[in-house]
Amino acid sequence: MAQREITEEELRKRVRALLDEAHPDKVDQFTFRGKQYDHGLAWVHFPEGYGGLGISPGMQAIVTEEISKHAKTLYDDMMINAIGIGMGAPTVLTHGTEWMKKNLLRRIFTGEDIWCQLFSEPGAGSDVAGLATRAVREGDYWVVNGQKVWTSLAHLSKWAMLLARTNPDAPKHSGMSYFLLDMESPGVEVRPLHQITGEAEFNEVFLTDVKIPADRMMGREGEGWKVALTTLMNERTAIGGGGPTRRGAGSIGVLMNLWKSREKGQFSPEAEILMRDRITRLYIESELLRMTSQRAKAARKAGNPGPEGSVAKLAQAELNKRIWECAMDVMGPDSLVYEPGYTRRRPTSRAREGRNSLSKYQFLRARANSIEGGTSEVMRNILGERVLGLPGEPRSDKDVPWKQIPRSA
Amino acid sequence: MDFAFTHEHEELRQTIRRFMENESPEATVRKLMETEQGYDRKTWDKMASELSLLGLAVPEQYGGAGLGAVELAIAMEEMGRVLFCGPYLASAVLAADALLRTGDDASKKKLLPAIVSGKSIATLALADENGRWDPKAVTMRATRDGSNWKLSGAKNYVLDGHIADSILVAARADDGLGLFHVEGAAAGLQRKPLPTLDLTRKLARLDFSGTPAARVSSADATEALKHTLALASAMLAAEQVGGAQRCLEMSTEYAKTRLQFGRPIGSFQAIKHKCADMLVETEFARSAAYHAAFAIAGNEDVFEAAHLAKSYCSEAYFHAAAENIQIHGGMGFTWEHPAHLYFKRARASIILFGDPAEHRLQLASVLEL
Ligand SMILES: Cc1cc2nc3c(=O)[nH]c(=O)nc-3n(C[C@H](O)[C@H](O)[C@H](O)COP(=O)(O)OP(=O)(O)OC[C@H]3O[C@@H](n4cnc5c(N)ncnc54)[C@H](O)[C@@H]3O)c2cc1C
Repeated sequence: MAQREITEEELRKRVRALLDEAHPDKVDQFTFRGKQYDHGLAWVHFPEGYGGLGISPGMQAIVTEEISKHAKTLYDDMMINAIGIGMGAPTVLTHGTEWMKKNLLRRIFTGEDIWCQLFSEPGAGSDVAGLATRAVREGDYWVVNGQKVWTSLAHLSKWAMLLARTNPDAPKHSGMSYFLLDMESPGVEVRPLHQITGEAEFNEVFLTDVKIPADRMMGREGEGWKVALTTLMNERTAIGGGGPTRRGAGSIGVLMNLWKSREKGQFSPEAEILMRDRITRLYIESELLRMTSQRAKAARKAGNPGPEGSVAKLAQAELNKRIWECAMDVMGPDSLVYEPGYTRRRPTSRAREGRNSLSKYQFLRARANSIEGGTSEVMRNILGERVLGLPGEPRSDKDVPWKQIPRSA
Repeated sequence: MDFAFTHEHEELRQTIRRFMENESPEATVRKLMETEQGYDRKTWDKMASELSLLGLAVPEQYGGAGLGAVELAIAMEEMGRVLFCGPYLASAVLAADALLRTGDDASKKKLLPAIVSGKSIATLALADENGRWDPKAVTMRATRDGSNWKLSGAKNYVLDGHIADSILVAARADDGLGLFHVEGAAAGLQRKPLPTLDLTRKLARLDFSGTPAARVSSADATEALKHTLALASAMLAAEQVGGAQRCLEMSTEYAKTRLQFGRPIGSFQAIKHKCADMLVETEFARSAAYHAAFAIAGNEDVFEAAHLAKSYCSEAYFHAAAENIQIHGGMGFTWEHPAHLYFKRARASIILFGDPAEHRLQLASVLEL
């Protein structure tokens, strides 16, 4: 696909034209974002007609900036439809049928259809290619049986990206196929799973004789892994996100504010010096994460990200945990209190109130950063092997039929 | 300093371990952590009547077992292993030691036997509103009221303060820092349980308004309470060792049995090395905590040993608890798995009695660095 050239000024003009037609402060989310999609300003690196303009993904920041200049209402993709926008859309664009592109992309962007990812299973996490959920062809349908786990947002989702085994006799990577599953289908059961925070953001999903029309397959039969890699690469960039969007924004910003509003005398003068150094160090790393992601984005052409996306994913996860640990230390004795207590709710959005308690929630939630979307250990393996070209560990599970590989119960 | 455990020590450890395994399995911990009072009365009574645990370090003349910091550390370590829920640190460590160090004979005779028998749960209310566990930082005032005293002000983050029958309160009198005894049910005392990050250890905020109190000693309590805090820090360090050890065991066990890519995850060096590092840190922590217990028992290098132990063990436990989550993957992030319970206990005990940086600064002063 030829890369088009559009100047920054031309792009800003297009944003202003969008705002003239539909202004986010005046119309609702679906209407505004629908128009944004129609103007090719949803994902500028997507082709024209599919929410984009076929230009570098680095230019998306200009769209956001121009909107924020003229509007108070700013939508955050991660809040609206994290998985649909971050992973579903690029997967559909790359591997979906024409019907899928025409009917799904716009509703993903507006948030009308929430998406989830049915990859992980009790026995297959880091080794997702070892999964056991079975799909068997029966006439015009595939019939699916199995169990998925840790499925974020499944309780709110209309569509799922489902990876299932279609040939257990083939080696693991070549026996899988990728499906688009309507979560309202009979046989789909979603049960909440509670997390360290007490809340149930993720779920177990049980699939019993679920029928999927044959034309809802993405990619070809047996080529599910290739499609899954597109999803996973995009997941890492979506999650890795690149740290703060602006200087001193995001978690480092919260930490800096906590520090500035500490009570006088909470720390001894010597302890203050230590803490300032620690926070400054975290600030430096946050800035470098932001700049590194910015550089990577600018260098990227239209198309899917590669394994180098793991740099930001790894750095972000490890840094974020340390930032929130530091925030707990800054809060000191107040960090012993978790107000208003643990709730067993099933959140419908990620918004939360109250600064201190939000930081404590974030401290707990951040533990998942180095697990979700691929663990930090797996990220290091990817960087070592796929980016640096170091030899892999000897493997015994690659070239044998999947059904012969030892698995956890 | 020699710090070897005797045969008796090992027997004591085995007895407590068996008791804790029976009385404080995970299901019980989960049940108690959801309650407001946070402990089981029957278990508490048995700890007194069957094991004499509540007065381990209390002299026999007040009904105790007449042992010391080493035995107390063994008990704390075993409780830390299972995340025992109960006011042990508050009553058997902090309150008992504060009384022993500051109390006159009459108050010791009056209060200690009930603490030892379990009839009375006691706690020490030291930190004011701002939560600083430092006798010098106490600003709460005590005023004379005839032959008695009255207290006004707030005490925060008081261990088990909402259930204690006896509260020992540090407050300033005209002649220096005093320790005062307040009945849990006293008039003019408001007790508010706090929603804790670590559900397995309960804290309360206490508001005093002209609350009647009895002074337990006439001398200034600053130095004595510093010793009590050193003991409490060392005992908390022992508890942290027990928790870290349990995290290491859970991780190792899981690394041996969880298969990914057709092999146990412990066969990946990334995981194997994590476990090995946890082992090293847990062994270091163990040395620190045992050394502190023996130092206090022998009254030698008490502060040096306590600051060293509290700073090191806090970080070692937190690291072990965090790695335990990581090694368990998605499972380790769930409410159903116990990893988060250890993680929250580890996190909260970093702050309790001062954070590691503070303890290192104090150690540096002791070392004249
Ligand atoms: C909050 C949250 C949300 C999630 N949302 C979703 C979702 O929406 N959809 C979905 O499909 N999944 C989701 N996941 C699952 C996530 O992708 C998996 O948890 C993750 O891939 C790890 O798999 P696992 O939990 O089975 O751990 P395991 O793979 O069993 O890993 C256990 C430990 O072994 C290590 N390990 C494994 N293999 C290797 C190796 N080769 N080398 C070195 N170390 C290794 C891991 O790093 C980890 O420390 C979510 C997870 C979390 C925590």
